[in-house]
Amino acid sequence: MKQLYVWSGILTIVLASTTGDVLLARAMKQVGDVGELFKQAGLWKVVGRIVRNPYFLLGVLAMTVAFYALLFGLSWGDVSLVAPASASLTFVANAVAAKFFLHERVDHRRWMAALLVAGGVALLAA
Amino acid sequence: MTFRKYLVLAGVTVFAASGDSLLRHGMTEVGSISLNHLPDLILAILNPWVAVGILCLLGFFASYMTALSWADLTYVLPASSLGYVLLALIAKFILHEQVTTTRWLGILLISAGVGFVTQGPELTHHPPKADLKPCADEAATTRVTP
Repeated sequence: MKQLYVWSGILTIVLASTTGDVLLARAMKQVGDVGELFKQAGLWKVVGRIVRNPYFLLGVLAMTVAFYALLFGLSWGDVSLVAPASASLTFVANAVAAKFFLHERVDHRRWMAALLVAGGVALLAA
Repeated sequence: MTFRKYLVLAGVTVFAASGDSLLRHGMTEVGSISLNHLPDLILAILNPWVAVGILCLLGFFASYMTALSWADLTYVLPASSLGYVLLALIAKFILHEQVTTTRWLGILLISAGVGFVTQGPELTHHPPKADLKPCADEAATTRVTP
């Protein structure tokens, strides 16, 4: 039963942080190249444009949920399982989500990268 | 990819790794905070390690957002995972902790993954929506342009 709690915690962390990353990425694509914008309009214009983007606000909300889910997950389960499992599964989930929701071209290079990094993160924290 | 863009990606990596390790060090000095004394969490900012750690994490967020404004999520994320490698190297060469074979293998896998992704383009180019259903004269002009 405890295992079920721990893994549903991990699932919540992965879903929330993937949602957050996808929303933030979409927000920043709408804002446009920050470097160019900064040269044209200055820092405050850039910041204003980012914080008024609804996807950005939702993304930050999702990231907050992910953060608190991680805190709760760490209090229920072993640090050496929860932290690496959620970090490494998030890489794979992000590759899938970026393909379907952001329509990024996730070619074999990027799949390999996501899987290798996920494996590497799991080993580093093991 | 320009030099400035590589600099932003390096910022993502370095700020994430240094922010995490500064916070970890600071919080061990502050000690454990119980749920009954949550206001202690605000006082934790007074610890200089925690304060600098938070500044680093703000730097991470700014450079992460900048990178996402011109590169795909599936490009930025693996590139930013080099921070884990940096943390392990800091542990080995500055803190003189023991880095096990498993962790070296993890470093190898992450580096290989980053190598794979940086070989490709950083951004997927979506055709503008108008191009999907071009009307007759628009189609003619697009054919002429090289």
